[in-house]
Amino acid sequence: MRENVVIIGGGIAGLEAAGQLAGLGYNPILVEKEDHLGGHLADWHCLFPDLIPAKDVVSTLVAGAASANIFTNTEVLHINRLQDCYNVMLSNGVSVMTKAVLCATGFRLFDAHKKEEYGYGVYDQVITNSDLEKWFNGIPDPRIDNSMMSSAGFVHCVGSRDEKAGNPQCSKVCCITAVKQAIELKKKFPEMMVWCFYMDLRMFGKKYEDFYISAQRDYGVRFIRGRVSEVSENIDGRVVVKAEDTLAGRPVRITLDLLVLMSGMVCNPKTVRDSGTVQFPADSDGFLKCRNSVTDFNLSAQDGIFFAGSCTGPKTVPETIAEARSAVLSIHNWFKGKQ
Amino acid sequence: MIYQGKQKIWSEYQKEIPDDHWFYVRSCIRQNFFPASEKMFLEICRNVLGKDFYETEHHTTCGGIAYHCDTIPQETVMTIVARQFALMTEAGYSNYVASCITSFGNYIEILETWKEFPELETRIRELLWKACRREFRKPDYVAHASDLIYKYRNEIAARAKYRLVNRHTGEPLRVVEHIGCHYSKMFPSKGVGGAEYPYVLCGMIESWGGNVIDYPERRHCCGYGFRQYHVKANRGYSISNTHKKFESMEPYQPDMIITNCPGCPYFLDRWQYAISEMEGKTYSKDGYGIPVFTYEEVASLVLGYDPWDIGLQLHQVAVEPLLDKIGIEYDPARKYEGIDRKSLSRPELPGILKCC
Repeated sequence: MRENVVIIGGGIAGLEAAGQLAGLGYNPILVEKEDHLGGHLADWHCLFPDLIPAKDVVSTLVAGAASANIFTNTEVLHINRLQDCYNVMLSNGVSVMTKAVLCATGFRLFDAHKKEEYGYGVYDQVITNSDLEKWFNGIPDPRIDNSMMSSAGFVHCVGSRDEKAGNPQCSKVCCITAVKQAIELKKKFPEMMVWCFYMDLRMFGKKYEDFYISAQRDYGVRFIRGRVSEVSENIDGRVVVKAEDTLAGRPVRITLDLLVLMSGMVCNPKTVRDSGTVQFPADSDGFLKCRNSVTDFNLSAQDGIFFAGSCTGPKTVPETIAEARSAVLSIHNWFKGKQ
Repeated sequence: MIYQGKQKIWSEYQKEIPDDHWFYVRSCIRQNFFPASEKMFLEICRNVLGKDFYETEHHTTCGGIAYHCDTIPQETVMTIVARQFALMTEAGYSNYVASCITSFGNYIEILETWKEFPELETRIRELLWKACRREFRKPDYVAHASDLIYKYRNEIAARAKYRLVNRHTGEPLRVVEHIGCHYSKMFPSKGVGGAEYPYVLCGMIESWGGNVIDYPERRHCCGYGFRQYHVKANRGYSISNTHKKFESMEPYQPDMIITNCPGCPYFLDRWQYAISEMEGKTYSKDGYGIPVFTYEEVASLVLGYDPWDIGLQLHQVAVEPLLDKIGIEYDPARKYEGIDRKSLSRPELPGILKCC
């Protein structure tokens, strides 16, 4: 009889893990609270640094997980520890007995409304990185469609590396995402002036630095080292951005048609809806606490509870997929150890 | 502009302001700049609304200007403030309301500091006892006087004789609101509406019939900025800040400006004259400039008080065009008469900025 493994979250980590577990002969049961699979990536347009369409990645992962039992529009109500297994109660009335649970609940984007000085939800021409991706995907957005679009700006580190916002940690992928989105905008509006306001540029990944250089050299994106202090709106409805250029040592004031806030990754507030006997403690950064962040990053403190993806911290897509595979190997070895 | 977005923020920064029984402390400078504002605050609160407001002649400066100019030790400022609290305690009050924005910010900052560092509060109590044998209770509530007019705004509107409406067109007046920097920029939760989009004056304007203008330099300093003006060599920064604000608000053609800080109405009013002399420019089509008011003056006007009894003849920018726009009655011949009908003498008229 195939062993059940409950996977909480149908984003890319959950999908990859479901496919790999099925391949190893397990019975993955994937629970997704939304009505679709793919998590945030399902709304994303294309991926840095090679501009691979996100929908292709999601389709491949969904196809790979086809043999898993998948419940969408379903939440995990609670998980109770029994003598040698867990009872996972779902919101659709199904109860699953399983020895292993893989938590792949991912992240949520920082609510940009909280950075009041940037005017998201107050000024019409201020949007988030997520809003822009939806527009790249063909969903109409009057804030962009109705604009003359001769200039745009990106504000890095919105709600990340920000103690005032309660998130001192780096969100890791926003720098390169801003570079990608700036290039995509320039491809759609070649005459547009595009500015990026940053603290540091953390181009740590494969080909990221090349991508960043290309944004400047090939697309003319301008990078200003300095945080935006405030945003306002002029009589034409354009956004007026004040910032400090710390390299030039002077304040700057730029009027833009569009301002994109790079909302950072923050932890998902709840892994399960109600509290059962199994809890998911948070680490100091708010993300789920793994047993050891160097060697046992897939393991929780509880036997049989595993982690994959950005539920334990901000990660890129390849890192998330690699971690899902790693978690599957940990689960497989854990079952072998039980025999 | 998404008005609902601002409303959402405003709903998150509302204060539970006590309705009555206040210990009132005046500003060091407001009675010189806008002499009837504090008098009218007490007049409205006590005699129009029937509230209990107490003040004492023993109150002194809070030390805020010196503090923000870096010319006084923090412990000295705290001891001065502790003495004010002692006066409140001795008078039997626990709600403390400050006329001055800088004082309000100063009181809030000191109370929050004592919360974080209780040993400092203990030391200040010792210093106060040594200095003047006084003890104090910390206030249950500290408000700025504009918080109270905001709280009473609908009661004032219900009694109003005039509204902030152009009587010729029926359109709401276009009103710029300017919030003193020390109101909520340091502690957003202590201001009605928070730091980025304060609602305290917007609420009054809306309640009294006007439309609020949001313009790019709305948050910018009025130009007073203590280290700009009080350091003589820096006064160029003062007027350049004011100039920046007027250039920014000009396209919206505001009918008037309302402020809630001692320095802001003074600098926004007086520098219009200086800018007109330096640049040959005024910021209204008719050449009179944009009249600037304290919120107490505006409350008094809508309640029907005589413009000259509330000190509007002390303004640099002529208020008559606005009074005519609203339909407020006034006697031009009385402009330069004091309450006792003695002549205040007529000032010399400026060259560029038109005056009545």
